[in-house]
Amino acid sequence: MSSYITLSLILFTIGSVGVLVRRNAIVVFMNIELMLNATNLAFVSFSRQSGNLDGQVAAFFVMVVAAAEVVVGLAIIVSIYRTRRSTSVDDASLLKS
Amino acid sequence: MFDLQWLLIAIPLAGAALLLTWGKEADGFGHLIGTFASAASFVLGVVLFVRLLGEDAAHRSHSTDLFTWIQAGRFHVEMSFTYDQLSGLFVLLITGVGTLIHIYSIGYMANDARRRRFFGFLNLFIAAMLTLVLAADYLVMFLGWEGVGLASYLLIGFWQHKESAAAAAKKAFVVNRVGDLGMALAIMLMFAQFGTTAVGAVNAAAPGAAKGVATALGLLLLLGACGKSAQVPLQSWLLDAMEGPTPVSALIHAATMVTAGVYLVVRSHGIFDASETARNAVIVVGLVTLLAGAWIGCAKDDIKKSLAGSTMSQIGYMMLAAGLGPAGYAFAIFHLITHGFFKANLFLGAGSVMHGMDDDVNMRHYGALRKAMPYTFATFALGYLAIIGVPPFAGFWSKDKIIEGAFDHNIWVGLGTLLGAGVTAFYMTRMMMMTYFSEKRWQDDVHPHESPKVMTVPLMVLAAASALGGLLLLGNWIPDWLSPVVGKVPEEDLPISALSISLLALLVVVIGVAAGYLLYGRRPVAAETPADSSVSVFARAGRHELYGNELNDAVVVRPTRHLTRFLVWFDGKGVDGLVTGIADRLGDTSQLLRQPQTGYVRSYALMMFGGAALVLLALLVVTLA
Amino acid sequence: MTTFWLLAPIMVIAALGLLFAKKAVHAALCLAVVMISLAILYAVQNAPFLFVVQIIVYTGAIMMLFLFVLMLVGVESSDAVKETIRGQRFVATVIGLIFGITAVLAIGQTVTGSVKGLNAANTNGNPYGLAQLLFGKYVLAFEFTSALLITAAVGAMVLAHKELLVPRQTQAEIAARRMREYAESGRHPGPLPTPGVFARHNAVDTPALLPDGTPLESSIASSIVARGQQRDGFDDDIDKVVEQLDDVEGTDK
Repeated sequence: MSSYITLSLILFTIGSVGVLVRRNAIVVFMNIELMLNATNLAFVSFSRQSGNLDGQVAAFFVMVVAAAEVVVGLAIIVSIYRTRRSTSVDDASLLKS
Repeated sequence: MFDLQWLLIAIPLAGAALLLTWGKEADGFGHLIGTFASAASFVLGVVLFVRLLGEDAAHRSHSTDLFTWIQAGRFHVEMSFTYDQLSGLFVLLITGVGTLIHIYSIGYMANDARRRRFFGFLNLFIAAMLTLVLAADYLVMFLGWEGVGLASYLLIGFWQHKESAAAAAKKAFVVNRVGDLGMALAIMLMFAQFGTTAVGAVNAAAPGAAKGVATALGLLLLLGACGKSAQVPLQSWLLDAMEGPTPVSALIHAATMVTAGVYLVVRSHGIFDASETARNAVIVVGLVTLLAGAWIGCAKDDIKKSLAGSTMSQIGYMMLAAGLGPAGYAFAIFHLITHGFFKANLFLGAGSVMHGMDDDVNMRHYGALRKAMPYTFATFALGYLAIIGVPPFAGFWSKDKIIEGAFDHNIWVGLGTLLGAGVTAFYMTRMMMMTYFSEKRWQDDVHPHESPKVMTVPLMVLAAASALGGLLLLGNWIPDWLSPVVGKVPEEDLPISALSISLLALLVVVIGVAAGYLLYGRRPVAAETPADSSVSVFARAGRHELYGNELNDAVVVRPTRHLTRFLVWFDGKGVDGLVTGIADRLGDTSQLLRQPQTGYVRSYALMMFGGAALVLLALLVVTLA
Repeated sequence: MTTFWLLAPIMVIAALGLLFAKKAVHAALCLAVVMISLAILYAVQNAPFLFVVQIIVYTGAIMMLFLFVLMLVGVESSDAVKETIRGQRFVATVIGLIFGITAVLAIGQTVTGSVKGLNAANTNGNPYGLAQLLFGKYVLAFEFTSALLITAAVGAMVLAHKELLVPRQTQAEIAARRMREYAESGRHPGPLPTPGVFARHNAVDTPALLPDGTPLESSIASSIVARGQQRDGFDDDIDKVVEQLDDVEGTDK
């Protein structure tokens, strides 16, 4: 059982490091998806561990939210790309002056 | 009738208000209004005085409350005035001499564009001075006290276009503040100790007060008196005050205002009677000033400054007399009155000389003026004889009494007054010789001429008063008149007879006159002031006013300046430094905190992730522990 | 468990590929591998419904969306090689390692107790069990997700929508503008000349020839010119054409 969780954690860590390291906004988004999927794996595993389906339901909701998030996120990327001709997250650094 | 005494003050005050607020239209007749106001006050003063003479000796004090000035808790001040023997005399002196000087000023200031304003200030002064002497409450007296200070400031600096006059006015004002501080503290102490500031109540309560309180009150009042009367150590302003127009010097800085200190001491006799220490302090101050003033008077070539030194010296006599206690109060006032006559006479005479000499004040440019200005010379000579104490002129009688009292008190004090009398004779003779005798040393373009009648007539009146002032002593009138106010003069117990003291004084005066005649009457006088290096140490010290200004500079001004500089430094570096320092440190910290704020989303995410890792680590640690 | 040990290394490698792939498309393919593997793991763990949803929604819909956007933005767009934030990569790696190791140590090893299994819960079938929960216990959350999806869809439309800054020109206006330009600057109102594709070559990078034999630059698409891919050296071309014509004639004869 713990091997599933370990795999989930490894995937999650890889995803988070990817978010930090990659600069292409689309790839960053993919990494976020990876993190979400890793948690889903944990949910499903815990569901089996505890013997009820609530974990699976949670994973289902995560999927729905992820879908919504991807739709909005990609729309944002597209609109940014349209004005800036770039998908690098570092170009959008207007937070600093 | 005596309820009308407030009119004495109100008339000149109204005159002042009228003159100072009326516009240019009043330029042509403003001086007449001023003179009239002063004269009206004088007439009222005479009427009141005559009525007072007709009353029973025991009931000659008349108080009147105008209104409640201040009412705050236990603190209660009535705007009250007292007309009694002492203030009656003062009223006559102030309004009488004042009116004469008003008349004189009509001529003296004839060519001044701001004559109306000058008369306004003079009237203001008369009103304030009358408030001072009539006041029945120390706080009301303080009102007058400050009023005369203001008038003095305005009049010294009347020719404010001259930088020296403006500076002198400021100096007088500032030095007077020091004295006023003493007076103010004394009034506060009175209230704290006795619960009242009324003159009568305070003097009645003073003998019952603790010794220390009486002494403290006496010393504080003495400080106030020193400031107003230019006594050592607050003497430095008087010589500079001669920058003012000469009538001002005569009225304010010779006859009346500077004697306010003496009046204060006499008025507060209850306090001084209760404290031996305070009396002794008054004597010491008086004696020191007497000699210092005479010394300065010998060395100055400026006729007005020499006279100012003389004024200091004569007020020193009065102070000394006032310090003698009941034995001297009456004679202090007596000398004050005679001095008021002859010193006003001398100053106005000096003004008349200056008027004829194109406002030159240097006596070395005078000489042989007795022919050119006969009236001035004659009146000046009478004043001269009065001041040096030649019988039967006024000064002899008043000064002689003080010298007697001084001998009665202490042989050394007596000798000091005797020496002062001799020096007075010397410098006055010097002045006479340099001005009216010896050869002509006139500057080019100077054509001495006699002053107009409007100036000489007051001179004559004052000269007559100088000559006849001694009559007040006839039949021991003055001490008897004042005894209900200041107490009876006790019997004297002189080491030598009064007559021999008088003869001794006369001898000293003759020596002084002879010395002055030999040094300045027989020998030619240099037309220019000899350089400091060529004169004796004594003359040099006298010229520099005994280094009083230098002393003030070293003791007060420079340390204050250093303190100020330190405070400025402290304010800049310490206080500001603290404030700006905190701000700067905050700014630095912000700069430091700003570094991680790169604006890149990924750095923020990294920090968040680092935080998550930390939380996880903490959880692990907690679980393991 | 065999399936797990088979898939786990593949998934980790694919995930690392997501980290290291230069091109976004490769990253997307790696992600697809991870997702499909996950779907299989779901199936192994008695979650057939999620297995299907994972395949359809994630691998089918979301990944397609990703690829679609990638195509839209440009497949070629890849990360700049140089890291803009100093130390970001190093620190991120260090923290990631710390996080990963701690997490594995702290959480991965703390799962205890026996595995209950879902056999009991799935007696009526897994979708049935899930539906029981979704439309029973979690119905409110389910309704909220529908609202979320609607909002997301509307938001995406708003974001992707392009605002018209000037009114759209009608055909008549365009024609009038062209004619005006022709009158003012002599710009030809008609379409640009076609390249020489049909005349003498089979590629659009060949310019058409004017009657005097000179090539016409404006006949090639400007994008080809910008990339420097247009053909030049036409003189031998004409000779070649003549040769070819000769050959044809020769065979005919």
